[in-house]
Amino acid sequence: MSDAVDSADKVLGRPASGGAGRGGNGAGRTLVGGLGAFGRQREATVLVVTVALLAYFGISYHSSFLSQVNAVDLLAELMAPIAIIAIGEVMLLICGEIDISVGFIYTFAPFVMYFAITDYHVPVPLAALLGLLTGVAAGWVNGFITVTLGVPSFIATIGTGFVLLGLALVVSRAEPLPVPSSWDSTGKWFAIPGNPWQWAPLVWTVVLVLIFHLVLTRTRWGLYTISAGGNLLGAREAGINVGRIKYGNFMLTGFLGALVGIQAAFYTSTVDPSAGGYTPMFYAVIAAVIGGTAMLGGSGTIIGAFLGAIVLATLTDGFDIAGISANPLSIIFGGAILIAMIANVQLTRLRQTGRTL
Amino acid sequence: MTAQDQIPAPSGASPATDEVLRAEHISKRFGAVTALQDVNVRLQRGEVLGLIGDNGAGKSTLMKIFCGFQRPDSGRLLVNGAEVVLKSVTHARSLGIDVVYQDLALVNQLTVYHNMFLNREIVRWPLLSNRSMRRIAKEHLDEMGVNIPSVNVPVASLSGGQRQAIAVARAVFADARILLLDEPLAAMGAKEVAMILDLIHDLKRRGDISIIIIAHNYGQVLEICDRVNLLQHGEITLDKRSRDTSVQELNDIVVAEYRRALEERQRSA
Ligand SMILES: Nc1ncnc2c1ncn2[C@@H]1O[C@H](COP(=O)(O)OP(=O)(O)OP(=O)(O)O)[C@@H](O)[C@H]1O
Ligand SMILES: [Mg+2]
Repeated sequence: MSDAVDSADKVLGRPASGGAGRGGNGAGRTLVGGLGAFGRQREATVLVVTVALLAYFGISYHSSFLSQVNAVDLLAELMAPIAIIAIGEVMLLICGEIDISVGFIYTFAPFVMYFAITDYHVPVPLAALLGLLTGVAAGWVNGFITVTLGVPSFIATIGTGFVLLGLALVVSRAEPLPVPSSWDSTGKWFAIPGNPWQWAPLVWTVVLVLIFHLVLTRTRWGLYTISAGGNLLGAREAGINVGRIKYGNFMLTGFLGALVGIQAAFYTSTVDPSAGGYTPMFYAVIAAVIGGTAMLGGSGTIIGAFLGAIVLATLTDGFDIAGISANPLSIIFGGAILIAMIANVQLTRLRQTGRTL
Repeated sequence: MTAQDQIPAPSGASPATDEVLRAEHISKRFGAVTALQDVNVRLQRGEVLGLIGDNGAGKSTLMKIFCGFQRPDSGRLLVNGAEVVLKSVTHARSLGIDVVYQDLALVNQLTVYHNMFLNREIVRWPLLSNRSMRRIAKEHLDEMGVNIPSVNVPVASLSGGQRQAIAVARAVFADARILLLDEPLAAMGAKEVAMILDLIHDLKRRGDISIIIIAHNYGQVLEICDRVNLLQHGEITLDKRSRDTSVQELNDIVVAEYRRALEERQRSA
């Protein structure tokens, strides 16, 4: 089922493939039609998993899981970085690319901001902007190596990732640097501890998810992103500049990586060369795939990836609260990811053979 | 008036200004393969030109040069009498040239109506006008008699012939002056072939649309086309009006060429 169908009809609140007049008249038929439409949405599976997980941990560990402290941990600290990076990875995966380096853009971009302030006396807001632009520039380099020079993005971005990590280690001399609280007047817009600014990452996430959901499903950019991944030659033959689309999505992902890095720097009051790395990138890709994005390109959803990020954050946080010790945690976590993916693939297959959830 | 002006043009009565497309000395190589060699083609206003030839003869390559997707290595193109260097598909389209590719260039994951409007979407900035596109696509397909369940389904769910009909409808719908059809009949049932042939007849009757059509069925080609060009190994080896040739003659030429090449190969072996 294509994004375009899903989303256009979702916005209109109609069954995905029915068109007007198919919903029926009676209340019973409307309910059945509604359930059917729900089942046909690609996000349906992951939504069920998300709700089930939240309910499980909410009921089993309600005193600790449902506290405000834990809500911040879960949503702002754990979920937001995964979801924000996942937005970029979804766009890239759909157009047939991937960015392995985004976690190192996360690592490196805050250093640009940091040294712009300390060594070049750039005002803090401007320096934060420079940090974000560093991400965009890194994304452009990824685009250049992939699109213009023709190196597959999987390899190209592993290379740029190493370079970015090396740069971060060199400029920091492999030591974390403190972020003074005098920068908080800018930092609060990204994330700082305490109410209300600790919620900023969640607001960023929700706003970005909504914007890019619209971009993907309701704009030319989204249509061309799907076309580039769905039929690269055909998109070219139709006159679409697929190179521009891919460059753009690499630059978007770079921007989002830098954003998450800067948020983490302000929130933890350190610019740390060991922050970021592969983990947030892998979590973002897993969130995208759990949410229904095809690794082979051509289809995917931003909302699904957002829910996927909630699933991963809930698992991490929930297992932590449940007191599962660190060593077996990876086994359980890995198993949970596999179950989520298998459920997703199998239910999609069921859906395609005509039955619903 | 000079005496020269009264000499009729070599083919037909049309003066040179009625030539909507002219290709001169077009050559194209892909590495060691010479796809086209010194090809000359001309197309009159309102004319339907059939392009025939064996697999790998260079027919699709020639179409891709005409529609701006590929650049020739040498030679020149004239559109409506003026020389142009086609920079892109979009550029060719702005000159009224539209194409149905042999591979159709449809995106499986997108709906029928998004495919119909691919790269010429209706936009109310910043969002797509899905509703208008859906309505117009449906009207257009109904009018053409294309039989599909709904314009909302992804193209992946359609049959080969339905997909082809969508691709043809898309090009016709774009209101092209010069329409290039690369094997539009390949995967079609008898009814759908009749539909496309009717469509071409309709366009022909309008008189202002010129068409180049590639097909392998010589009978169909002679039925629908005013003139045929035979392309062999990247060269045009025959250019005749349909009424001056026959399926038999075209067959004989192609088979004779095949036998000659076979003998040559055996001799050199
Ligand atoms: N993009 C390309 N790269 C390399 N070689 C190509 C390319 N496109 C075409 N060719 C070669 O050029 C020659 C002509 O190909 P073309 O597609 O024009 O043939 P055709 O006449 O359309 O054949 P068919 O009837 O099978 O469609 C073939 O030998 C083909 O292998
Ligand atoms: Mg061909």
